Amino acid sequence: MTEDRPRAAVQSHELMLALVRGPALAVVTLPLSILLFTLSLVSIVLLPIGVGVVTTPPTQQAVRWYAGQRRRLVHAWAGLEVPEPYRPWPRDLRGGVVGQVERCTLLLKDPATWRDMAWLPADMTAGFVTALLPPLLPLNLQLTKRMLEPTREMLLSRRVTELYETRHDAVDTSAAELRRIERDLHDGAQARLVAMGMSLGTIEALVERDPARAKQMIAQARENSAEALTELRDLVRGIHPPVLAERGLPDALRALALRMPVPVEEDIELPGRFEEPLESAVYFAVSELLTNAAKHAGAAKVWLDVLHVGAPDGSAIRVTVTDDGRGGASLGSGSGLHGVQRRLAQFDGVLALSSPPGGPTMITLEVPAGHAAE
Amino acid sequence: MRVVIAEDLFLLRDGLVRMLEAFDFEIAAAVDNGPELSRALREQEPDVAVVDVRLPPSFSDEGLQCALEARRRRPGLPVLVLSQHVEQLYARELLADGNGGVGYLLKDRVFDADQFVDAVRRVSEGGTAMDPQVIQQLLSRRAQDAPLGNLTAREKEVMELMAQGRSNAAIAAQLFVTERAVAKHTSNIFGKLGLPPSDDDNRRVLAVLAYLDRG
Repeated sequence: MTEDRPRAAVQSHELMLALVRGPALAVVTLPLSILLFTLSLVSIVLLPIGVGVVTTPPTQQAVRWYAGQRRRLVHAWAGLEVPEPYRPWPRDLRGGVVGQVERCTLLLKDPATWRDMAWLPADMTAGFVTALLPPLLPLNLQLTKRMLEPTREMLLSRRVTELYETRHDAVDTSAAELRRIERDLHDGAQARLVAMGMSLGTIEALVERDPARAKQMIAQARENSAEALTELRDLVRGIHPPVLAERGLPDALRALALRMPVPVEEDIELPGRFEEPLESAVYFAVSELLTNAAKHAGAAKVWLDVLHVGAPDGSAIRVTVTDDGRGGASLGSGSGLHGVQRRLAQFDGVLALSSPPGGPTMITLEVPAGHAAE
Repeated sequence: MRVVIAEDLFLLRDGLVRMLEAFDFEIAAAVDNGPELSRALREQEPDVAVVDVRLPPSFSDEGLQCALEARRRRPGLPVLVLSQHVEQLYARELLADGNGGVGYLLKDRVFDADQFVDAVRRVSEGGTAMDPQVIQQLLSRRAQDAPLGNLTAREKEVMELMAQGRSNAAIAAQLFVTERAVAKHTSNIFGKLGLPPSDDDNRRVLAVLAYLDRG
């Protein structure tokens, strides 16, 4: 809308806003910045005698809260996104004194803490001056953004941590898969072939002495071979679904939808083929979601939508599975959905869930697809 | 009766040739890849083709595509498709033209020579041979279907066998009842499902399959 207005009017409007906002910002932030900087400094100085260990975590929490408010302000006033640079807290943080020391160490080791500490003095000097002079307010906001957003180095180190975790997951799941396949073959097809071989040996011995009994055993051996084939077929479907190999993702998903015990209304629009590991990951994710809907949600109908969408870098496959079941699904650890989420993370995919009690459940997943291979 | 066989695994191809020869079929061609299958179907004009879904060189569903293509050129060309796995999706594509003369079976079914040869004959005569697993999948999706729920246990059994493509005589033999009893069951089934009655075996099978695949 602002584009329609004459340029001069827009500029004067902005100046008016800055006239009010700037001084207000300066007056409120100056004492806060000074206070928090002093407290942090004192806490750190007191570290050697132990008092600092107790005071540093709450002070730093306050600094982070304050920095968070300032990030939001930059977003509200200048429309600039300022992501948080802090390292995530580990999930297994201990309580008590040990936990306190651990917390303190983690905070001091996080480079973002030191960047906050550098920002506070800059904010109460340069920040104060630029906030007071209305035309310079944008400069103030830029300064806050620059000093509070993660550096390239931080982003890279975060990415490395992510990759480390997902690689760990990938190795874990593939080892578990191989173990499962080995066990299935060992207890299933392999055992049945042994039994068949034994039956054939007995039949050879019996065929002249007791033809009737031999014939009976032949029927048995044939049954065993049919069972072995069924088991192998199920195993193959779990490793790499045949339709996926023969037809690619869209038809594999259609065949999957047709095999569900509840009606699935599908709308699948994908161009060409994608890399095989990606197709396979999407297939198994959808398979798990559809099975969940049919089995646990007690749905009478399921909708499956698969689209190829544009993403910031390249493109993505977006899958939406909606059901009219009882809802209340969760992403908690140990749930099937958590497993899907972890496996998708190996492809930088994400999963979003909306499942109020009473339903409906809607699960959306998006996986970067690069460019469709021809 | 002249048969074209397409199967890339030597052992299985050889086994099929021996079995069909033992039952007095004439093997017009036995090939191991898609392009040769296409040529054989064009040049040999067989009475029936027995085709593996997955064939070289692409190892995709080349066999199925060749068979569908040949049926587009010569509507009703009898084709029996074999696969390591059965998919409703493929069954639907085979049945789509409504011409009959189609079979779709798991490879395991060749273990039972009599039943397998019966299926080949049925298909060559314009009938249908659907794998019991396909029918099971179709039925499990129609669990909520009211007209199907109205069928008695015996009628359901008859319907399953009919959907596989068996004739009344074959169903009667399998269930140890008279053909007259089977005929009575089939007319009850058609009444309950609201399908138009028909005396033609093949039409009836296609009508039941279409009913099961609906919705």
